[in-house]
Amino acid sequence: MSFILDYYNYWVVVFLMMAGFYIVISANNLVKKIVGLNIFQTSVFMLYISMGKVSGGTAPIVVEGVTQYSNPLPHVLILTAIVVGVATTAVGLALIVRIKRAYGTVEENEFDNKDDVI
Amino acid sequence: MAEFIDLVLLAMLALTALRIIFLKDLFAVVMLFGIYSFLSALIFLNLDAVDVAFTEASVGAGISTVLMLVTLAITGRKEKQSTHSSLLPLFVVLVTGAALIYGTLDMPPFGHPDNPVHQHVAPRYIEESPKEVGLPNMVTSVLASYRGFDTLGETVVVFSAVIGVLSLLGVRRKKKKDLESGLESHRVLHVVAKIIIPLVILFALYVQFHGDFGPGGGFQAGVIAAAAFILYALILGLPKAFAVVGPRFLQWMAAAGVLLYASVGLYSMYMGGHFLDYNQLATDPVAGQHYGIIIIELGVGVTVFAVMLNIFYAFGSQAERSNVQ
Repeated sequence: MSFILDYYNYWVVVFLMMAGFYIVISANNLVKKIVGLNIFQTSVFMLYISMGKVSGGTAPIVVEGVTQYSNPLPHVLILTAIVVGVATTAVGLALIVRIKRAYGTVEENEFDNKDDVI
Repeated sequence: MAEFIDLVLLAMLALTALRIIFLKDLFAVVMLFGIYSFLSALIFLNLDAVDVAFTEASVGAGISTVLMLVTLAITGRKEKQSTHSSLLPLFVVLVTGAALIYGTLDMPPFGHPDNPVHQHVAPRYIEESPKEVGLPNMVTSVLASYRGFDTLGETVVVFSAVIGVLSLLGVRRKKKKDLESGLESHRVLHVVAKIIIPLVILFALYVQFHGDFGPGGGFQAGVIAAAAFILYALILGLPKAFAVVGPRFLQWMAAAGVLLYASVGLYSMYMGGHFLDYNQLATDPVAGQHYGIIIIELGVGVTVFAVMLNIFYAFGSQAERSNVQ
């Protein structure tokens, strides 16, 4: 049981990462691909935060009488990564809006031969 | 108990991701993604990452979901059946997943205090930062002071994202003769929004200025304040939101935030220190750290607020245009 508890977080992270990866490569719709990319991204966040956790520790804010804190460094890295992530997602979605305008579709299998139209 | 909550929440997260794979209705996909983000925020909270949980709840579940919904309003809500076989992607994913699972067996066990990740710089941050920087919230100390360069870089990335979105989409000011936008006829929404919006802005200010002592800071505060204005724009329509804060003003604001951040760095060089060396800002180093962190968090908050709101304006004006057509 302790073996499972030791690695459970990492396994779920791998599952989520692969779920996101599968959506990115198999989805037909570009918006869904972006959702997949976000799931992939969140799984990486989960990996970092899991590594930063210390059993019996508490949130890294100084409190009287507490000696064991979780590692604040992964928190800093991931906090900024989340905001940068939404900014890049916005750029991706803006590209999709332009694709819709240019090609009239956001379905991957409908792009064929559309280049001639433009 | 914390381990049990962790087990349950991660299982729920995995189920949500699994459901997203098979759904063809994109509206439902985006809604499930919002749930996914909230679940992740809960897991972050359970793993002691309070600041991260805060950010994920406001950014992932708030801004991302709204942006995806606006995109769906333009592109349509049904995914069409793919003509490609899904066997090859499945094979690729299974092989990669198996390799990664094999890799995790070399990882140090979860939560152990002797793990390598806790040995290198973390002890210094935990033991010295309350004395060197003088703030109870170590995450803010590391974010704004020890890793100030990094945060400046990330603020610039956020700023360049708005340049990208605006050059791709642009914000169109509506002419007065255009169709009415917003949910004009929903009286209940109007009343509720008018009660909520001032409180949300007040909360954003609290998060901004209390970030040194509790969870919060410029990134979260900027997003929360932007959410208040997005709510206003959704309910009263973009033209009225433009009258409150116009897109042109937001462009200046986004640049001003980055410049405020960088100018703190330059000023500390002028005072004889290194770039972003807050110790030089006052005669007492700890007081200097306080001033520096408050100013750069303000810069971050202003930039993030302006960028998020302007991105929403860009998407929103596109959606209204396509609805009018």
